[in-house]
Amino acid sequence: MTAHDLVFVIVGLVTAVSAILVVTSRHLMHAALYLALTLTGIGGVFLVLGAGFIALVQVVVYVGAVAVLFLFGLMLTRAPIGREALDSQNRGLGLAVAGALFVLLAALIIPAFGGESTAEVTGPTIEAIGIAIFADWVLPFEVLSMLLLAALIGAILLARREAGESGTEAEVTRIEMGEALADEPDRHEAVGTSAPAGELGAGGGR
Amino acid sequence: MLSEYLPILLLFVIASAFAVGSLVVSSLVGPRAPNPTKLAAYESGNEPLADVKGTRFSVKFYMVAMLFLIFDIEAVFLYPWAVVLRELGWFGLVNMTVFVLVLGVAFVYEIGRGGLEWD
Amino acid sequence: MSPLGPLLLAALLFSIGVYGVIARRNAVLVLMSVELMLNAVNINLVAFQNLLFPAELAVSGQMFALFIIGVAAAEVGVGLAIVFNLFRNRATVNVDDVDLMRW
Repeated sequence: MTAHDLVFVIVGLVTAVSAILVVTSRHLMHAALYLALTLTGIGGVFLVLGAGFIALVQVVVYVGAVAVLFLFGLMLTRAPIGREALDSQNRGLGLAVAGALFVLLAALIIPAFGGESTAEVTGPTIEAIGIAIFADWVLPFEVLSMLLLAALIGAILLARREAGESGTEAEVTRIEMGEALADEPDRHEAVGTSAPAGELGAGGGR
Repeated sequence: MLSEYLPILLLFVIASAFAVGSLVVSSLVGPRAPNPTKLAAYESGNEPLADVKGTRFSVKFYMVAMLFLIFDIEAVFLYPWAVVLRELGWFGLVNMTVFVLVLGVAFVYEIGRGGLEWD
Repeated sequence: MSPLGPLLLAALLFSIGVYGVIARRNAVLVLMSVELMLNAVNINLVAFQNLLFPAELAVSGQMFALFIIGVAAAEVGVGLAIVFNLFRNRATVNVDDVDLMRW
């Protein structure tokens, strides 16, 4: 076992343990933070495999943006915590399916790749990746931009609360926006008199 | 190969040692005399109006995070492009311009919908 | 370095993701488990590329990983927006409670 393998084993253990904690943690925020740790660990695995650029992408996109998006997702949905609220009844079924899947995959992988070994881990350089994007992968690259455009527009359309839609915070939002009040004067009266200043401060969530 | 990253590992070790060390030393050395007033949440000196645990974030935070995610991916693709910019010439420039413009449409759309107005 | 280690780690992460999708009932946690599965696939792709086909000119494995990261980011964005919509309309993010279209 070389030093290289040793580094991989350490990083892989951290990744695997934190991944298990993601799906077993009883606290939502802890699960999200363990997810960030898992994603960082996977970035470390990429580094050990000699893929420096993918490791950078992993840290920048996953740890930097996706983990934060998940944290916002948890804060926005105010879900109850605790084992009963987070886990469904089919924990045993999940354990059986996941265990069987892992045993099956391991039984396939170990005979297939057990003998192979490369002396030196070498990945393509960043120049090779840049050339490859524009030589072989131009169409997927442009399609990805369309996909991201569609994703952003879809996310905005789905997540935005339209004025007048029902919701727990709709009244408070209405007051804060100010201009939206003009088109519904009768509602304005009702809201303006019934909402004390304290409710504004508490409901705004800032 | 991996030894190139030794300075980064050293940085991680020093950073986490400093963070853990500061916490341990301050918990060992600092005086502790807690009372209910000190432990209460600080809201500019006022009595807390509501339980913070129940309140939700505004969805605007999600809007900004989503925009950040999209442009994060754009920046990630700009990096290998910038490294080989001269070799690619006009072909690379045109393709990257199309990429950036398509994502620019998303940005203009979000501004047009008022997604970034914080009021 | 043998590809065995990365492949086993990827299989383990994928299985953990499958367990999370089945066992969790909070929709955001289900999405997190899906992310784990996508990342496991990325480990596989990068390991195959760098350990078995290091000289391939098109860099297919790393390109696949790169595009999967982009697609996964879009998936998270839209998925979370759907979860927000669900929460707004039904006041729950519990996937067991959302069975309107089940027969």
